[in-house]
Amino acid sequence: MLRIKHIIAALLFAGTWMAQAQQTPAPAQEGSVLITGATAHVGNGQVIENSAVGFENGKITYIGPASGAEAAAFDEVINAGGKHVYPGFIALNSTLGLVEIDAVRASNDIEEIGNIIPHIRALIAYNAESKVVESMRPNGVLTAQITPREGRISGTSSVVQLDAWNWEDAAIKTDDAIHMNWPESFVRKRWWMGEGRGFKPNDQYTEQLDEVASFFREAKAYAKGQQEPRNLALEAIQGIFDGSKKLFVNVNGQKEIADMVSFMEEHGVESPVIVGGHQADAMAELLAEKNIPVIVSRPHRLPSTDDTQIKKPFMLASALISKGVLTGIDVSGQMERMNTRNLPFYAGSVAAYGVDKEKAVQMITGDAAKILGIEDFTGTLETGKDATLFIAEGDALDMRTNQLSKAYIQGRDISLETHQTELWKRYSGKYAEE
Amino acid sequence: MKLKFFLLAWLCFGLSLHSQEYFPKNDGVSNQKNNHTAFTGATIHVSPNEIIENGTLLIRNGKVIAVGTGVNIPENTISIALDGKHIYPSFIDLYSDFGIEKPKRAQRGNNPQYDASREGYYWNDHILPDQKAVESFAYDKKQAEDYLKAGFGVLNTHKSDGIMRGTSMLVALNNQGDNNDRILHQNVAQHMSLSRSVASSQSYPSSLMGTMALIRQVYHDAQWYEKGGADQTDLALEAFNANRSLPVIFEADDKLNALRADKIADEFGVNFILKGGGNEFERADAIAATKAAYIIPLDFPEAFDVADPYQTNRISLADMKMWNQAPQNPAVLASKGVEFSLTAADLQKKSNFLPNLRKAVDYGLAKEQALAALTSVPANLIGMDHMLGMLKAGYQANFLITSGDIFDKNSTIYENWVQGSKYTITNMDAKDIRGDYKLSVAGNTYDLKISGTPEKLKSEITKDSVKIASKLNYENGWVNLFFTPVGEGATQFVRLNAKTGADTNLSGTGVLTDGNAVNWTATLEKPFESEAKKEENEEAPKVLPLSFPNMAYGFSEKPQQQDVLFRNATVWTSEDAGILENTDVLVKNGKIAAIGQNLNAGNATVIDATGKHLTAGIIDEHSHIAAASINEGGHNSSAEVTIEDVVDPEDIDIYRNLSGGVTTIQILHGSANPIGGRSALIKLKWGEDAESMILDNSPKFIKFALGENVKQSNWGSTVRFPQSRMGVEQVFTDYFQRAKEYDQKWKAYNALSKRQKERTTAPRYDEEMETLAEILNGERFISCHSYVQSEINMLMKVAERFGFRVNTFTHILEGYKVADKMAEHGVGGSTFSDWWAYKYEVNDAIPYNAAIMHNQGVTVAINSDDAEMSRRLNQEAAKTVKYGGMSEEEAWKFVTINPAKLLHLDDRTGSIRKGKDADLVLWSDHPMSIYAIAEKTMIEGVVYYDYEQMQATHKKNQEERNALINMMLDAKNKGMKTRAPEMKEKMHLHCDSEIYQK
Repeated sequence: MLRIKHIIAALLFAGTWMAQAQQTPAPAQEGSVLITGATAHVGNGQVIENSAVGFENGKITYIGPASGAEAAAFDEVINAGGKHVYPGFIALNSTLGLVEIDAVRASNDIEEIGNIIPHIRALIAYNAESKVVESMRPNGVLTAQITPREGRISGTSSVVQLDAWNWEDAAIKTDDAIHMNWPESFVRKRWWMGEGRGFKPNDQYTEQLDEVASFFREAKAYAKGQQEPRNLALEAIQGIFDGSKKLFVNVNGQKEIADMVSFMEEHGVESPVIVGGHQADAMAELLAEKNIPVIVSRPHRLPSTDDTQIKKPFMLASALISKGVLTGIDVSGQMERMNTRNLPFYAGSVAAYGVDKEKAVQMITGDAAKILGIEDFTGTLETGKDATLFIAEGDALDMRTNQLSKAYIQGRDISLETHQTELWKRYSGKYAEE
Repeated sequence: MKLKFFLLAWLCFGLSLHSQEYFPKNDGVSNQKNNHTAFTGATIHVSPNEIIENGTLLIRNGKVIAVGTGVNIPENTISIALDGKHIYPSFIDLYSDFGIEKPKRAQRGNNPQYDASREGYYWNDHILPDQKAVESFAYDKKQAEDYLKAGFGVLNTHKSDGIMRGTSMLVALNNQGDNNDRILHQNVAQHMSLSRSVASSQSYPSSLMGTMALIRQVYHDAQWYEKGGADQTDLALEAFNANRSLPVIFEADDKLNALRADKIADEFGVNFILKGGGNEFERADAIAATKAAYIIPLDFPEAFDVADPYQTNRISLADMKMWNQAPQNPAVLASKGVEFSLTAADLQKKSNFLPNLRKAVDYGLAKEQALAALTSVPANLIGMDHMLGMLKAGYQANFLITSGDIFDKNSTIYENWVQGSKYTITNMDAKDIRGDYKLSVAGNTYDLKISGTPEKLKSEITKDSVKIASKLNYENGWVNLFFTPVGEGATQFVRLNAKTGADTNLSGTGVLTDGNAVNWTATLEKPFESEAKKEENEEAPKVLPLSFPNMAYGFSEKPQQQDVLFRNATVWTSEDAGILENTDVLVKNGKIAAIGQNLNAGNATVIDATGKHLTAGIIDEHSHIAAASINEGGHNSSAEVTIEDVVDPEDIDIYRNLSGGVTTIQILHGSANPIGGRSALIKLKWGEDAESMILDNSPKFIKFALGENVKQSNWGSTVRFPQSRMGVEQVFTDYFQRAKEYDQKWKAYNALSKRQKERTTAPRYDEEMETLAEILNGERFISCHSYVQSEINMLMKVAERFGFRVNTFTHILEGYKVADKMAEHGVGGSTFSDWWAYKYEVNDAIPYNAAIMHNQGVTVAINSDDAEMSRRLNQEAAKTVKYGGMSEEEAWKFVTINPAKLLHLDDRTGSIRKGKDADLVLWSDHPMSIYAIAEKTMIEGVVYYDYEQMQATHKKNQEERNALINMMLDAKNKGMKTRAPEMKEKMHLHCDSEIYQK
């Protein structure tokens, strides 16, 4: 009962600014802030008990034991004893802001016509004012890679922070990667042609790969020439050969992964990243040796076949990490946008099945930043990096204690209210008055 | 060659049956014959259990005159000496569409078709009991030959289209006769199936359960029609009633569907002959318990090509095992005492029938039983045992002449006689020229080896141990041999021919590569020796043991109920007792026997639960796993259908649910229509059959639905009522009003005295109205799919007008907006923890919903509607701590005692209380911790899931896969046909799933 009273009191207090549809982005950080007394999860595996985290002008200026911080030097000191501080969680391979309501086609901007369209840029359609996007923040998800879907080469992603007026404001790394769907060696049978239901070997597998191979060859030849007439697709793919863009490849099967690794070597793709990787554990040594990261499918999914070990989705990350593969966690799948706020619990789930808890935090912070190539300025609680972080009541990977009291993006003190918290408060208030 | 045989037969026997004695004849003089034909010196298999050695079979005019050892042979007899050859009755196949015109596929329009196309018949186009095979029959000689070669003499054939398919006809495969001879019976059996007619697009039924409900309704309607209840004419029901005395052959094509069909048969006190699918051995006990007769196909799957290990990964253990185990299907059924006949149906190539039959015998089917299943059993099943299936005086002269035991793979069928007409398969008089010869041609000598089967000879020529390309033909007593001599081009042939005679050696003339004529001889050095002896030493086929269910994670032995003491656990009672530290729970005879400290274990197995948490099993109020179909969307109301008909006990998601601590679920109908179907409440007893999973004395539930799905906003058509929330209310009002009137009509009828009843026609029995009347009478509860506040409010008002209460709103995502009204109405809320944004009507869905409803006094449950989420409902409950500040103890009730209350099961499960079912979960950690793992899941004292055992079973499955892969590689090396790897598609059903059936 006590709890309810607290809530109602909070609601009545919260009062007047409830009417807005979306939360207003926070202004740039003015004064410096020091959070003291909390357990700091640095995001690189390190934990600092009774820590202090200081930041100014959007950058972290101090991280270490509370005893080492000079509290007086900060404009605001937040006593967070018993609480936990984390770097903002990073959602890889997400489609946040590209669709507002799944079943409403008019709100869908997730894919384009064409099979090989690297020039298509997801950032352009990113809706910074999406109600779904704002609902990420109370769970600690503060950064996301915005990614187009479908086709063989779907287009180009960018990385955004989740408190912005518009997509330009939001972008923290523009055009970070190209996204590709590797051909499947098994394809759905054409039941309408009497083949029955289920999957059969894909007899066009090689052909489909040849199409990509010849596109890559064309692109390299194009770069050496006059580039006339201008070809947007061939131009857009260039970055994957010089390492300025990563190539995210959605691939799951063992054979497909083996083919993918040699294909990328043959074509000089500098930084391929595996997305999905259902059978990547069988290729873990090779992937570790070739420094190819894997973003494992979200653990909250069903095993891919009846025979698959029923805990495999939870255990895959641990199998890869134990072999030294740089591993992240994907958010794509059923109802992926609204579910992206469950990213911390995906990490918690892999921690239940073999991944060290602090490593699980690292998977969605420091390691995620590394996979995106943004680790030089964000992803961990280290000096000089963006002050994108939050304070939770307890373990942020556990549903019960993932309760945020404060969150900052680049030092900006962002709102943790959403369309949903407003409705909660409105109706709790209605009943409290009755 | 075939033509030649045909002519030969015609000339020899002249059994021109093309003239019936009473037909006018204008092409010559009368040609009636009355001669006998005698087959002497044969081993005659009169019936499966009666063999006459060195006997005589005497036939005349297509009938058996006599059979035995001392048969008196009349003077006008043509005698054929069989010298030890065997005679068997020709086979009978009860299941074919031989000679029947294929139905034309209906064109699908842009909008679904809700009404029937036919007038004067039943309201549903898939009910075609008036269809008669004979009306679309045309004898197909070529197809007949395929059957004749496989040993068949008589086929029962039907139009294989529709749910009720009308009557079949019995045809003798008399290629020389005409339909006057061949048609033995035009109304043999009524045929039914679970498949719609392809000739109509009428939407209903769109599901397996809808099909079953429709069959039931037809049975009810036919009875009512017969008693004069109807004012109008219905030609389909009239045909159905007219054919009532015929046997019913029901196409099940699968073990589970066979059990489903049998359930209907039992309800109406009829017997179905069930056409199987080949997997009946997997549930042989349940199949035997149906006491039904079966028609079993011999279509055994081919081995997979497992050369590519990556592709092989994708093949399921179940599919691999099916390859290994399917040939034992007939043997297993026989061992369980199941009566069955065999069919060549499902076989793409009828030529595979005999090899597969022999395979079935190799896998343990007794020869007598195999023979009975092809002769006496089918004859008996269709009441034709007075003239078919045996070789006795007066029976049809339908028989096979074989070189030896027909089940021996080296035996040859020479002739298949049907109605006294001979069909030659292999020339029985042809000399067996197989053997090793020394071939001399133009001064060269070669080694010639002739082997193979009499039907298909093989030649092999070697010169100084170098093999030479050659080809041999042997027809009508002439040998033709071609070969390319050493040193000649590949297109240079020596061509030799010879007519065989009494001499064991071959000699004749030929042409050399240079065109010169030559004489040649081949001297027999060693006659052919059957390989049968060599193969006797072959190992018996290795068949993997069944598991329960027969797939990945099946149990080798079904787990047993055991008495268990959980020692020193943290016990979450979900009762007022709260959370008890350091507590023991004793389980006896499937019930919770005691809760306390330092309990005496007695004979119970003690499980040390120190540091662990023990909770009641999780209950999922809204699940769509373990069902073969979910939506019957063919009508806007489908109260007549029930998920209980389509529970699928072999869905791997049952086991996966157990791994997340779920023990009881409600399988709800989908949300395709405002009035959906009845639920199945099951416990997840993995390995058991569907009937054992369905709760005893189950509370009755039905799914209703509101909003976007029922008005078909995101798919479907714009012609079905309702298309708006306004119309949804009218659907309910209309149906409940009709149900009320229906109920009153029956109540009035039931109140009549016995004599009055005799003079009054009973009202029409309507499955749909019966169900709705149960709701009005408080005997059935509604769980209603709902999203926005307006419609939630509406249904409560409709219910109040009709004097009942809505039991549960499920999903209920805007329940928080009308929580006070819900509490007042007394309806519970079963919601998602945090789903939203997937369609327009969930725009205002908030994760605080559960907490707000709870705070207003609504009984709240957290459900899944999803096979993935359901295995971690503990985490979903935990989210209510984050969203809305629920206490952990209350949050845990959202997935245990509260759903039990909503399902009216709280007297038996949902909490840890003495006397309740021992449905328990042992967790490694706090049950709502993200780090918790369910270590053991127990239902009624049986541990159906154990984390360690799961891992061991997975390992064992891998070993089984490996063994099977090796067996398949071996099969491929032996030259057996293989097929490309394939992977099954797993259907994950949700509310919106419009899936017909697996």
